[in-house]
Amino acid sequence: MSFLTLDHVSHHYFSKNNYTKALNNISMSVKEGEFIALLGPSGCGKSTLLSIMAGIIRHTEGKVLLQGDEVGESELDIGYMLQQDYLFPWKTIIDNVLLGPKINRNITEELKERAIKLLREVGLNNVTLKYPNELSGGMRQRVALVRTLINDPKILLLDEPFSALDYQTKLNLEDLVSDLLKTYHKTAILVTHDIGEAIAMSDRIFMMNTNPGSIAKIYDVPLELRNEIPFLSRRHPKYQILFDKIWNELEAKESEKKAVKIPNE
Amino acid sequence: MNDRQLFESYQRGLKREKKIILVWQLTILISFFALWEAASRFYWIDPLLFSSPSRVFQLIISRFANGTIFTHIQITLFETIIGFIIGTIGGILIATMLWSSARFAKVMDPYLVVFNAMPKVALGPILIVALGPGYLSIIAMGFIISVIVTTLVVFSAFNEVDPNYEKVLRSFGATRWQCFREAIFPAAMPAMISTLKVNVGLSWVGVIVGEYLVSKQGLGYLIIYGFQVFDFTLVMASLVIIAILAAIMYKLVEKLEKWLIKNRNI
Ligand SMILES: Nc1ncnc2c1ncn2[C@@H]1O[C@H](COP(=O)(O)OP(=O)(O)OP(=O)(O)O)[C@@H](O)[C@H]1O
Ligand SMILES: [Mg+2]
Repeated sequence: MSFLTLDHVSHHYFSKNNYTKALNNISMSVKEGEFIALLGPSGCGKSTLLSIMAGIIRHTEGKVLLQGDEVGESELDIGYMLQQDYLFPWKTIIDNVLLGPKINRNITEELKERAIKLLREVGLNNVTLKYPNELSGGMRQRVALVRTLINDPKILLLDEPFSALDYQTKLNLEDLVSDLLKTYHKTAILVTHDIGEAIAMSDRIFMMNTNPGSIAKIYDVPLELRNEIPFLSRRHPKYQILFDKIWNELEAKESEKKAVKIPNE
Repeated sequence: MNDRQLFESYQRGLKREKKIILVWQLTILISFFALWEAASRFYWIDPLLFSSPSRVFQLIISRFANGTIFTHIQITLFETIIGFIIGTIGGILIATMLWSSARFAKVMDPYLVVFNAMPKVALGPILIVALGPGYLSIIAMGFIISVIVTTLVVFSAFNEVDPNYEKVLRSFGATRWQCFREAIFPAAMPAMISTLKVNVGLSWVGVIVGEYLVSKQGLGYLIIYGFQVFDFTLVMASLVIIAILAAIMYKLVEKLEKWLIKNRNI
């Protein structure tokens, strides 16, 4: 059964004198435990799509179903990690991490222990009583990840979680996230504009078009790569093959765009 | 020099700077009063109109000694503090109401603009007619003069909070009210705190003007009374007391500010 279904979803942003069609006619179906990467140029509507899946903005057309329920009405816990960490600067790390439970009024000693354990798992010790501004960017990103995981969400929506990090931290976090998701058998949607990251982490890659955002192509990641941790799959021969394929198609699209544009100019 | 010594010499520098500033501050204060005293003694200014520090302080001391000043101080302080508190809290509450409904905020917008632009003390007579010539209208003056500014400042601070904090909360299923409590209100805290300081000053203006208009007691009344009976020593003495009280209140608010910033997450 499909875990998350998008059925002809479109989204318009309206303003007083204008509107933008951010998404056009998007359909997809994600199985439980699957890891999807959304790849596409800046402004193609990746964040918009993720917010719609999270039920935070309401799509203007189509249907979004989570385990058969409309996304707004679903009781399912969703873990949504925004493009930046958005830790609350006036809350300590532990309070930031326990934000979800606080909202749902179910903070327990057990959850607190789980929070500390998760923080330790992502390599953060003795930070619980610090404030976000005392942490480095990478550390904050990891805290945001723990905040997303603490509610034990069934589906994780990750919006470029590693984009602001240095390469090494990024690789480490990729492995960590991938490992956590596999262990707990989570469904995940990862937004990225890094082709390598998409290949190394996901099971399927959705390539998006701009203006309006739509799905251009779907790539299946070879099984050999899916079963490796991201760091090792980056070294696999099949990684390079898929990378080149996607790269070339992107290039082709770019030059197509230019070819269309030039006569107009 | 080793690190420790460098640090100590830096600290000595800080202390020295502090001393220099204090000396200058005292110099200005003392020379102001000395000049005033001298000007008055040598008739550079009319001592009947401008009095002199020695007479002002004599008056203050005798009024404190026979206790007649205390009721006036008490009344004015009471009115100012109440006006300040309800003005600030009222402003925050109205801002919260405006925030809770975008439509309500838009409906109220022109009224807020007019009310804000209006010189509030001009409403004095109306307040007196409506609330009677007593504490109530004076407190209302202190309130009315600070409430609109507070509303506008706090409301715009609410609106400037990064909407992504709300997104984070909504992804956990937070209600609008929970978003307000967890993100909007604490994020706007610095703006609210900065209105406190402004409001201290404004409440004093409102209350003193209110007392000019109606009262039979209070420091504002003493000023007007002194003016009417040509007792400018009394006017000056009241001014000095007001200045001292307002400064103390300001300092207390500053302390409150520091405490609030530290304990933002309650
Ligand atoms: N709140 C909004 N109001 C109006 N238009 C918006 C809003 N948010 C996004 N858009 C528009 O919708 C389109 C898609 O934006 P979105 O943020 O989803 O892109 P993105 O793929 O996440 O880009 P990036 O990779 O830069 O994060 C853009 O053209 C953007 O200008
Ligand atoms: Mg985005």
